[in-house]
Amino acid sequence: MPTKPKIAFYWCASCGGCEEAVVDLAEDILGVIEKIDIVLWPVAMDFKKKDIQAMPDGSIVATLLNGAIRSDEQEEMAHLLRRKSQYMIAYGACAHLGGIPSLANQYSREQMLKYVYEETPTTHNEQKVRPQLKWSENGREVTLPELRHVVRALDQVVDVDYYIPGCPPTPKITQQAVGALLEGKLPPKGTTLAPDIALCDQCARKGTKPTDVSFTEFKRPHQKLLDPEKCFLSQGVVCMGPATRGGCEAVCTAGNMPCTGCFGPTSRVKDQGAKILSSLCANIGPRDEEGIDKVLAGIPDPVGTFYRYGLAKCMLRRKVNLPPQAQEAKV
Amino acid sequence: MQMDNQKAEVRIGFYACHCGSNIAGMVDVVEVAKKAGKLPHVVLSRDYKYMCSDPGQELIAQDIKEHKLNRIVVASCSPLLHEHTFRTATEKGGLNPFYFHMVNIREHNSWVHTDRQEATEKAYALTQAAIRRVAHHKALEVKKVKIEPSVLIVGGGIAGIHAALTMAEAGKKVYLVEREPTIGGHMAKFDKTFPTLDCAACILTPKMSTVGSHPNITLWTYSEVAKVEGFVGNYKVTVKRKPRYIIEDACVGCMECIKSCVYKEPKFADEFNEGLGKRKPVYIPFPQATPQVVLIDPETCLQLKTGKCKKTCVEACADRHAIDFNQKEEFIDIQVGTVIVATGFKTFDAERLPQYGYGVHKNVYTALEVERLVNASGPTGGHVVMRDGQEPKSVGIIHCVGSRDKKTNRWCSRVCCMYSMKLAHLIKEHTGAEVYSFYIDMRTPGKGYEEFYDKLLEEGVQFIRGRVGEVTDWAYAPGEDGKLVIRVEDTLAGYVRRIPVDMVVLASGLEPHKDSQDVRRLFNMSCSTEGFFLERHPKLAPVSTFTEGVFIAGCCQGPRDIPDTVAQAGAAAAEALVLIDKGSVELEPNTAYILEQECSGCKSCIPLCPYTAIAFAEDRNKAVINEALCKGCGTCVASCPSGSIVQNLFEDEEIFKEIEGVLAYE
Repeated sequence: MPTKPKIAFYWCASCGGCEEAVVDLAEDILGVIEKIDIVLWPVAMDFKKKDIQAMPDGSIVATLLNGAIRSDEQEEMAHLLRRKSQYMIAYGACAHLGGIPSLANQYSREQMLKYVYEETPTTHNEQKVRPQLKWSENGREVTLPELRHVVRALDQVVDVDYYIPGCPPTPKITQQAVGALLEGKLPPKGTTLAPDIALCDQCARKGTKPTDVSFTEFKRPHQKLLDPEKCFLSQGVVCMGPATRGGCEAVCTAGNMPCTGCFGPTSRVKDQGAKILSSLCANIGPRDEEGIDKVLAGIPDPVGTFYRYGLAKCMLRRKVNLPPQAQEAKV
Repeated sequence: MQMDNQKAEVRIGFYACHCGSNIAGMVDVVEVAKKAGKLPHVVLSRDYKYMCSDPGQELIAQDIKEHKLNRIVVASCSPLLHEHTFRTATEKGGLNPFYFHMVNIREHNSWVHTDRQEATEKAYALTQAAIRRVAHHKALEVKKVKIEPSVLIVGGGIAGIHAALTMAEAGKKVYLVEREPTIGGHMAKFDKTFPTLDCAACILTPKMSTVGSHPNITLWTYSEVAKVEGFVGNYKVTVKRKPRYIIEDACVGCMECIKSCVYKEPKFADEFNEGLGKRKPVYIPFPQATPQVVLIDPETCLQLKTGKCKKTCVEACADRHAIDFNQKEEFIDIQVGTVIVATGFKTFDAERLPQYGYGVHKNVYTALEVERLVNASGPTGGHVVMRDGQEPKSVGIIHCVGSRDKKTNRWCSRVCCMYSMKLAHLIKEHTGAEVYSFYIDMRTPGKGYEEFYDKLLEEGVQFIRGRVGEVTDWAYAPGEDGKLVIRVEDTLAGYVRRIPVDMVVLASGLEPHKDSQDVRRLFNMSCSTEGFFLERHPKLAPVSTFTEGVFIAGCCQGPRDIPDTVAQAGAAAAEALVLIDKGSVELEPNTAYILEQECSGCKSCIPLCPYTAIAFAEDRNKAVINEALCKGCGTCVASCPSGSIVQNLFEDEEIFKEIEGVLAYE
């Protein structure tokens, strides 16, 4: 019996949703598993790092890695899996673009730890205890991975062959990607394995968008009774659809929620947030500064709105005026 | 023959121009050329005294052939000046002209910097940017479009009239659109013209009637341009014809209707006479109005206001049936190749300066009102009498009203000194009154103007140098009772004076029309900060605008006198004729286009195009750019959220490489 191709699944700074997406293949997963040999899948199976280390370089056909790279341990695992795999595939928005975790790049590591361990309204920590990298007790030592200063997408750490976008990727594009991989019908290296056209193309509401939206106010989805058929932008609700790669089959807009941009930009765009900003702002109705400010006040968190999944990979990448300690850090 | 070098190895030729000492004086061009020669893909790098000279251009063509160059970069002056020159030279060498790129190291560098070393570094940084960018250039094609041999002239003042006649005489179809019921503009209101004192009507009205009867001119008065679409050579214009309640073709101008109107006496303020005279609801602005067609004012006509009138006018018109109370606004579409905008000016509203008492003291007049008073066909038949019926024995003329003042308009209105002196002369001639002229500086820079000033000095007009502080009727010295007192610091005598006069004339300045911004938008023109339409170049393209095929003439571009206006109108007509006789225009290929496969049809770009060049193709659900309309501004390209619009010569890759190049310098 010929050996089945070896596949690894791994997770870094992620929420676990991408793992769910694999499971979401439902009964189709059986078909996939039949054809492959899973060598690593921490969420579901018990393999150890040393098992991977013991494998010859390049012996894994593909690693599907989800999650951003935040800690030195994640970085080490990414390098290890890269070495062992023929194809490294960034799976899901965090590995693809930095994802939600990369929103932390607005703050220094110290600012973030201080807030999380000392300052959140629900924290009670009078001694200001923080997790330590090393702890010894009774002659035994335990260690924790160290956080890097910034959150990075996978391709900012290791060479990546393909990207499967989404938060999480849909079963359909996952299946198509795995299918292409197994059949050896892969596009050129560096391709994002999803259609290269913006979401509006697939959105059922597209026909209802007027030519001139001319925004007079922006409302967040919870502030408004949303029309289930009309284009969100025409309702004054920010929808990232025009700036976001399609392929998800517009599941969010079908569920009466605007697109938040998880599939990232098309191949032709370097900075998704800048693009949608340029498009929305140019279409703001008022022409005077005061009027414009009033409209824009409807978007209280522009970074979280326009760069929700892509801060690590956008042109800004992180806040420039971080404290000096963060600036001089290697990454 | 042009080679297609898209896929061949990139071989760049670089040329740094000395521009005599214009560039070489501040930038070490030899050093820039030497360093550029070491950059990747640069096969040849030279410096040369004058790249734009014939030998300079020949050098490029020669080198392309000899060294098999397929990209050319010249670092010299502004692309506005010589981009075309070098593209032509590149083409002469057998390359597509768009494989050329220009670096501006003169206007952007040597002329504005003072440190030779830094200027040289900057020149090198810009050079690196261009060299990285040019590698990504593509071969592009220049498209030609045909030009419709007709012109739309907006505004029927002396500028519009002169331009219309010039073009009509050259055999071109002219559409002249005038907002008022008659052409003639401000000039038709003047009595005499400075400095020759020839009669304005005598020189203007023959031109007006020629316009009215010229077979090549379609004259639409009481009309406005409502919409403009299209592009140079092919403008589609919609003209709104306001209802004058008279069928123009049926009216013969007999004016029987005016005589027989139920209002026996003229009762309503007459616009043409600045409200100094009266007219009936059915009227003609002035006897020589063109066209010789009456109109009915719906605000005052009994029939139109109440529907109850004996309609004696209709009776008088009899079988000519020229009166039509049901006339409606009408829209007419025309196709023209070129446009001349000659919409003129409005005078400064003197009520904005309360210290001069216009609208408060009844014997304070604007200069335009006095023009009507001295005019033989004016409301007083040329007798200078004041609102109280008296002839003034003393008159004060205040210059620069609303002009040369930070609080109102900063500019000099150019004509006020001269027309003030003309009025001084005429008032003196008509009444023998003592005339005082209050000026800041006497500006008489035209032909025969200074001589006119000398003549007035001899005539005994009293010139007092100083800006008038106020005009008051508060008398406290003997001889001031019942008079208007002009308080002024006489800056030559060095003390404050009070001069009592019977009549005050305010020489109001010239300013843009209130709706000039609408007109500007209609034709996609630019405005200077004051609101006058902006010429493409103040010296070298004074009647062109930034919109191809749209020209400007007269006071809509800035205050000027009649001779200058006529000269400018002639120039605008000549420019329009050049375009028409050329037959076609070449379109810059720096236009944007939609990647149809990739466009998601989100419509974000459509409302943003300042040239309405983008349409939505409903059948395919995609945006489409009309290449002929696109001006290459890049707005849609920057705003396309999915990066599906590309602009020739400004592709992302070209721009990013350019940025990298600038940032790459040590």
